[in-house]
Parts: sequence; C-alpha cells; structure tokens
Amino acid sequence: MQEFFQLVVSGVATGGIFASLALALVLIYNAMGLVNFAQGEMAMFATFLAYSLVGTGMSFWIAFPVTLVLAFVGGIAVQRIVIKPVERAPVLTLVIITLGLATLINGLAGFIWSYVPRSFPSPFSADTVGIGGVFISYRDLGVIAVSGLVLLVVYLLLQRTTVGLTMRAAAHHPEASRLLGVHVSWMLALGWGLASAVGAVSGMMVAPILLLEPNMMQSIIIYAFAAAVLGGIESPLGAVIGGLIVGVTVNLAGTYIPNAGDLELAFGLGIIILVLILKPNGLFGRAAIRRV
Amino acid sequence: MNRIRTAPPRYWLVGLVVVLFVGLPTVISSFLASEWGQALVLAIAIMGLNILVGYSGQLSLGHGAFMALGAYISAILVHRYRLDFLLTIPIAAVATGLVGFLFGVPALRLSPLYLALATFALAVVSPSLIKRPADLTGGVQGILVPQPDAPPFASDAFNAVTGTAMTSDQWIYYVILFCTLLLFWLAWNLGRHRPGRAMRAIRDAEVAAATSGINVAGYKTLAFAISAFYAGTAGSLLALSTGFVSPDAFPVSLSIQLLVGAVIGGLASIPGPLLGAIFAFFLPIESNQWVPSQTWIPDQITATVKNAGPAVSYGVVLILVMMFAPNGIVGLVKAGYVVLNRRLRGAADRETGQVPPDPQTV
Repeated sequence: MQEFFQLVVSGVATGGIFASLALALVLIYNAMGLVNFAQGEMAMFATFLAYSLVGTGMSFWIAFPVTLVLAFVGGIAVQRIVIKPVERAPVLTLVIITLGLATLINGLAGFIWSYVPRSFPSPFSADTVGIGGVFISYRDLGVIAVSGLVLLVVYLLLQRTTVGLTMRAAAHHPEASRLLGVHVSWMLALGWGLASAVGAVSGMMVAPILLLEPNMMQSIIIYAFAAAVLGGIESPLGAVIGGLIVGVTVNLAGTYIPNAGDLELAFGLGIIILVLILKPNGLFGRAAIRRV
Repeated sequence: MNRIRTAPPRYWLVGLVVVLFVGLPTVISSFLASEWGQALVLAIAIMGLNILVGYSGQLSLGHGAFMALGAYISAILVHRYRLDFLLTIPIAAVATGLVGFLFGVPALRLSPLYLALATFALAVVSPSLIKRPADLTGGVQGILVPQPDAPPFASDAFNAVTGTAMTSDQWIYYVILFCTLLLFWLAWNLGRHRPGRAMRAIRDAEVAAATSGINVAGYKTLAFAISAFYAGTAGSLLALSTGFVSPDAFPVSLSIQLLVGAVIGGLASIPGPLLGAIFAFFLPIESNQWVPSQTWIPDQITATVKNAGPAVSYGVVLILVMMFAPNGIVGLVKAGYVVLNRRLRGAADRETGQVPPDPQTV
C-alpha cells in the first residue's frame, strides 16, 4: 500500500509535466483549432537554451525565467514567421507545417548541441521526505510545485486579466473581436508565445529525469497528446486533469503490469485510441456540433 | 498501330520513363541499383499515402508502421516457414491491407486532426511494439532475410545485354520495379474511375458526396485498406532489398519521410509520388556525400550535418512547399505548362482564357 501511494505521488509529478505540455497544446488548439506537433520540439529547444545558460555558470533559478522569456519570444517568432502566412490554409496544411517545424527544430538542436545525451542539472535535491510513512523525493515535490504554480499563473492570466480575456475573445470570435478593436493576429501570436513558455516548463522539468537530447520530448509529447485528448482538447482544466491521470496511470501500470518496460509508451497510444473511440470529446470537452 | 501514333504525348513520356527505369541497372553499379530499388520502394509507400491523403483527404502520419507490418510478415514467413520471398510479397500486402481496413473503421469517426494525432502516436510507439514479441520478431536484433539469387531466365537476359552476371541486388531491383509499375498502373486506374472520383468528392465536400449517393464510410475505409496494401507491399520489398528487418528501421522519421515525399511530389497525382520518393530518398544521401567532400567545411560540422542535415532540410522543405507550392512539383509543372500555353496562344486568348487555379488538395 505504501508503495502504491509512493507511485501515485511520483505519478502526479510526471503528470504535472505532461499537464504542462498538454496545456500548451490546448492553448494553441483553442487559438486556432490546430494541434501543434512541434510543441514538444519547441520545449526541447528551450530546454537546451536553459542548459546552455546554466553551462555559462548561471544559477538554475535565474536561467529558468530567462528561458521562459526566450521561449515566449521564440513562440511569437514562430507564429509570425511560419504560421501567420498560412493562417487561413486548410487544417491538414497546418498540421504538415507544424510537423515540418518539429523536424526542423529537432534537426537544428542536433546540429547545435549534437545527439549525445547530456545530464541536465536538477534544482532539487535527490533526498526524500517521509510523510505518514510515504517517502517522497524532493524532486517530485519540486516538480509538482513548479508545474502547479505555472498552471495557476496561466489560469489567472487567462481568466483574471484583460489580456487573457482579449486572448480568449480573439480565439472564440475572431470577427467580433476585430470589430471591437482587438488585434486578433497578435493575440494568436501571444497564444503561441504563452504555449511555448508553458511547454518549456515541461521540458526543463523532464530533462533531469530523462537525459537531455533532441529526441527527448518524443515520448513526452505522446503522453501530452493522450492527456489533452483525455481531458477534451479544448479544455485547459481537462488538460491538467488528463495529464495527472495519464501520469499516475502510466506510473502504476509500469510497475504493476509485469514486463511492462518499454511498453509504457504504448499505454499513451492506448489511452489516445480508447478515448477517441469511446468518448471523442474527452472528459471536459463539449460535443462538436457541425453545421452542414 | 494507329492508336500508338495518336497517343497523347504524356503516354510517350510514361513509356520513356519505363524504358529508363528498366535500362537503369544495365548502366549503373549493382550498389546503385539497390539504392534506386529502395527509392522505388519508397515511391510505392508514398503512392499508398497519396491515395489516402491526396485522394480521400485523410491524413496518416503512421504509414511507417504499416510498412513495418508488411516487412515483418514477409521476414517471419521467410525466416520461420521457409517460404519463397516472392510468394510472401502478396501475402504481406493483403494482410497489411486487411489491418488497414480494420484501422480505417474507427478512423471514420475521427476528425482529420485526431486521425493525424492517433496515427502519429502509432508511428512513435511501433518500434517498441515490434520489440516486444522477441521470439517472433527477433527483438532488437531483428531478422535477417536471405536475398534470393536471380533466376536463370533473368540472369541470361541480363548477361546478353551487359555481358556481366546479374547480382541479386539487380534481380531485386527488377522485382521492385515490376511491383512499382503494377501498383502505379492500379493507382492510375483507381484515380480516374468511379472509386477515385468518389474519394475526391468525399475529400472536397463530404456532405455533398453523401447526398449524391456516395457511400462515404465505405470509400473512406477502402482508401485506408488500399493505402495500407501499398505500404505493406513497400515494407515487404524493403525487407527484401535491405536483407534485414529491425525495429529501428521503422522510426517516426520514416513516416515523416513518406509525408515529405508525398507533399513534395504533389498530392492527388500519379507522377507525384515517384518524383517525391526520388527527392526524399536521395536528398539525405546526396547531402551526406556532398558535405564531407567539401574540404573547407570543418570535420565537426560535417559530423553533425550527417546526423542533423536530413531533418533540417526535410523540415525546411516541408514548410516551404506547403507555404508556396501546396501542389508540389507536379503542381508547379502544371502551372508552368498553363502559363506557357497561354503565352503561346497569344493575347486574344489570354483575355478570355481565364484558367481557374488548381484546387488546393491539402
């Protein structure tokens, strides 16, 4: 039983990482009805930037916000340069472009930092703390705290500030917002920047666990897809809850199902397929109504 | 005779291309023949993807997984049951087609975006799924597939032309070429007859197609099945050509490579997949040979370019093509032909002959 709770707690920690990336996906989906296949690679690139910053002797806690700002600017730049010219193209065109972007960023990271896996410093100590007989590592607690904080900040930004309100308005009713004087296109860019920054958090949290290399996010993005689909792809809250469920499930399944080993990733695929077949709108999504 | 004389020029072009590909191994080395064979394998798989994406408008990012299935079916049949490899090709193709059909049924319910997502996940997961039944698939090591020798009739004919003995690589090239021609001919017929028209109608306006009496669900699953059939054939031929199957031969990047080829060549066209395959296959190989040959580039950069080069160039090419030429090479050539024609016909025609732009397929 003790082992079970320990697994649940570390599952929540991984779930927080999935939730951050899933939230990034949801932000972009809400802004333009598109799944950004490059989200994971963008996060990976940001993590490499953080790695380089730390490598220059900067402390992790300064490198962290600096990376977030860089990721934010980078996200806006990507939207302006690559996505904006094709904003009105069919969704398949956009999907292929984000895939191209993913391949490009992956290759660029390989070009700059090579494909040799590197260890990424963890800001938290590897010690454990006992709470009621359950031993929890500070790393897990730290990851939970950081992801929780980021999710809270995003929530407050979207729900409690004028910018957040404008962003949501631009996503829901572009024409009406434009009539009211909202710079819709820039709001979309802002959404990309925000998503990129939130994704970067997941990258920096996962890098100490996995090793940092250009393909690091390839498995994480699958879990994030699973989380976003499970929660309902247009629901930010759903992404967070979906992420936690996926994190805990994968962690438990990896331990309790014999010989699971590298099949853990298949659970992600399994969740995606099951949800899409049984409940395509996810837990918190609205049913899609199509006018014909 | 008369039919031949009055055939439109593009039929002559097709004939020329076929003769070129048949004659190719007699002038290039056995190793290059094997490379060109693999490019043709890619062309078959891309044609399958083209039928799915270009004609029926469903996006699959997991065709590498279907190729893997075809390859492993063939390899296991040869390795365990000692079947003749040539016999296993149709078996692998049909079996993969059936799996594609089964995959196409749930795919019906999904929006294109979700389908892309699910198939992408499939592509990422498939290498670890293959490793699992290690007894059957040989785990990480994979399975060796013995390459067949050329049969006497082919060997004699080849010897008569070139004066050298036919290597098994050259024989395999001809097997692949035969399959490519057959499958391209099938795709061409499919595209211009009832199923092709139905699929395009579904792609462009699903509701309108349904009200015109087209069985939308039926044709969408059919497209999936045919597409998987092509991918299975390609996988089987790839196993034959490389003489080896392993989980790492079918990474996500293979699925991306297929998509790159389909998009570059031009979707919903017959020559597109061939052109796209040649491009997608030789781009990394050529750039890997060109960069080290340039002595002014430092060694460290050469090493990283070898690793990262294909990814970067694929990414850039995908983005640029989708931005500026969504109909690929074929679309560009067609547009150029239209412009040229209009120029040649003169000013009077130019005013009246407003040619509508090609509809964007993706």
